[in-house]
Amino acid sequence: MSVQAWTYLFVFLSFSLYIGIAIWSRAGSTKEFYVAGGGVTPLANGMATAADWMSAASFISMAGLISFLGRDGTFYLMGWTGGYVLLALLLAPYLRKFGKFTVPDFIGDRYYSQTARLIAVFCAISVSFVYVCGQMQGAGIVFSRFLEVDFTTGVLIGMTIVFFYAVLGGMKGITYTQVAQYCVLIFAFMVPAIFISIMMTGQAVPQIGFGSELTEAYGGGYLLDRLDGLSEQLGFATYTEGQRSTQDVFFITAALMFGTAGLPHVIIRFFTVPSVRDARKSAGYALVFIAILYTTAPAVAAFARTNLINTVSNAEYASMPEWFSKWEGTGLITFDDKNNDGIIQYVGDPQTNELNVNRDIMVLANPEIAELPAWVIALVVAGALAAALSTAAGLLLVISTSVAHDMLKRTFMPNITEKQELACARGSIFVAVLIAGYYGINAPAYVAQVVAFAFGLAAASFFPAIVLGIFQKRMNKEGAIAGMVVGFTFTAAYIIYFKIINPAADSADNWFFGISPEGIGSLGTVANLAVALAVAKFTPEPPAEVQEIVENIRLPGEAIPR
Amino acid sequence: MSDSSANSYWKANIRLVLSLLSVWFFISFGCGILFVDALDTIRFGGFKLGFWIAQQGSIFVFVALILIYIRAMDKLDSKYDLDASSESANPAQEESQ
Repeated sequence: MSVQAWTYLFVFLSFSLYIGIAIWSRAGSTKEFYVAGGGVTPLANGMATAADWMSAASFISMAGLISFLGRDGTFYLMGWTGGYVLLALLLAPYLRKFGKFTVPDFIGDRYYSQTARLIAVFCAISVSFVYVCGQMQGAGIVFSRFLEVDFTTGVLIGMTIVFFYAVLGGMKGITYTQVAQYCVLIFAFMVPAIFISIMMTGQAVPQIGFGSELTEAYGGGYLLDRLDGLSEQLGFATYTEGQRSTQDVFFITAALMFGTAGLPHVIIRFFTVPSVRDARKSAGYALVFIAILYTTAPAVAAFARTNLINTVSNAEYASMPEWFSKWEGTGLITFDDKNNDGIIQYVGDPQTNELNVNRDIMVLANPEIAELPAWVIALVVAGALAAALSTAAGLLLVISTSVAHDMLKRTFMPNITEKQELACARGSIFVAVLIAGYYGINAPAYVAQVVAFAFGLAAASFFPAIVLGIFQKRMNKEGAIAGMVVGFTFTAAYIIYFKIINPAADSADNWFFGISPEGIGSLGTVANLAVALAVAKFTPEPPAEVQEIVENIRLPGEAIPR
Repeated sequence: MSDSSANSYWKANIRLVLSLLSVWFFISFGCGILFVDALDTIRFGGFKLGFWIAQQGSIFVFVALILIYIRAMDKLDSKYDLDASSESANPAQEESQ
């Protein structure tokens, strides 16, 4: 069977599974729609959180980015896992104890203010939109390359599937499809990694293969030494050494960590388990499940990079394998024979380099470059789609709850019935899917980069407001509102300035303290904290009943009645 | 539960969280970023130590930290009689602090 046929088969099977689950787990009440009825086991929630969390960026882009960034790619690895430590220790148990449906619920009640609630709604919706566009774009890349439909059609197919199960099942449908999607995506990520690790190093565990010697066929010597050697020889940066400034890597890592802990679609997953203890446990499960992929990714990055260089460097263009021309067809690989010798010069110097490889394709192309069997390649496609769709669904749910629950029910139309609220929630997912699809088709930058901005915004707005709300009883609405507004505005302005208004100035010389737009969220977080604490000092302390809420969420045990 | 025992529970919790977070900071920002070049002079197998901590080791440490936290908190909860059994049995007990 050809790759194409296997791909259709796997994609069809996995999609039928998701739709089947969606039909089986239809949501009947708002509680089911928002938090899956609050009865998800910690293990299932751990898997669902992992799938929710690991997006197209983790699955498709991350290993590719690392394979081009070398050691600098570390900020993705540590940033996107280290944030779970913050989430587990500082947020998840307390928010579960608080026991409402959404993040704006917490902000609005804890800071006894509709203004704070609406600011939180605004932040949640903007963060989720930025993030969901990246997912749609990821799904589009996959469809356009492997199912050979055009990019726009690819995005449309992705939209339809997500729309179907998110609308039908709400959080309940999403949770159980995410469990299935986790299984698909982790299997799809690990199988080729193990294959390639055995081929190149004789080690079945990629994490060990990463630090092992290459087999004779690949020239022997330690993989990483070999990669460093090849990189130097061709004029690329040394793989295991950093190129970015230490402070930039530091701030980007911090921004990704704070952002991870502040992302509303991840936080709401902890509302779905029965108790505080289960919330802690499921944070542990989630990180274990995530770590399986995240410790494999740097190994895949090194394998892929070595393989790519071995295959294309100084090889004849005419003798390139089939995958090469297929990716050329999508415009994601471009070859420009500058010296007309018919041979590919793939080197670090942009003057003589003839080959450009889009970073997003490395994971997808990797099994083909390594000449793995057709079914493995098809499996990767199904995995990539699972990653993109599971995250997109989680994000769309945040958007829909923000509109139906926080904006309508809790703010503007407190008298709507449960049935109407449910209808609004479904309607807003529909609108959100359309907007996300539009921006998925017309988005800027690489998938992982688009996503990196969402983290900056989440870091600068939610993370400090929630942490202060739990650990600082004295924090009042004035402080929290001022902090969120300053943090969000500062971060958004910095990113918009360097990425949209004046991209020409986007270089280390013009950045604040050498911090790139990707890392500015950490400074935004600090600004938020500082402003919030300062303002709270000069304004009245929160009312007694709010201080009681804080006392209460600090103890595990029965949640405050909904 | 009384105010004073709620207080000491919270203090024990804060101590635990702070000590785990200092390990978290030391491994990720310390070993993985600030001292990475110094650690790179040490090698094991095909890895430079700093590079390995940055790309793999730190993640294993994060997992371990959360697992330690879960166990320690379970212990703390049962010491202060706040564990799951009392919670589902009698919610009213909770409220009457």
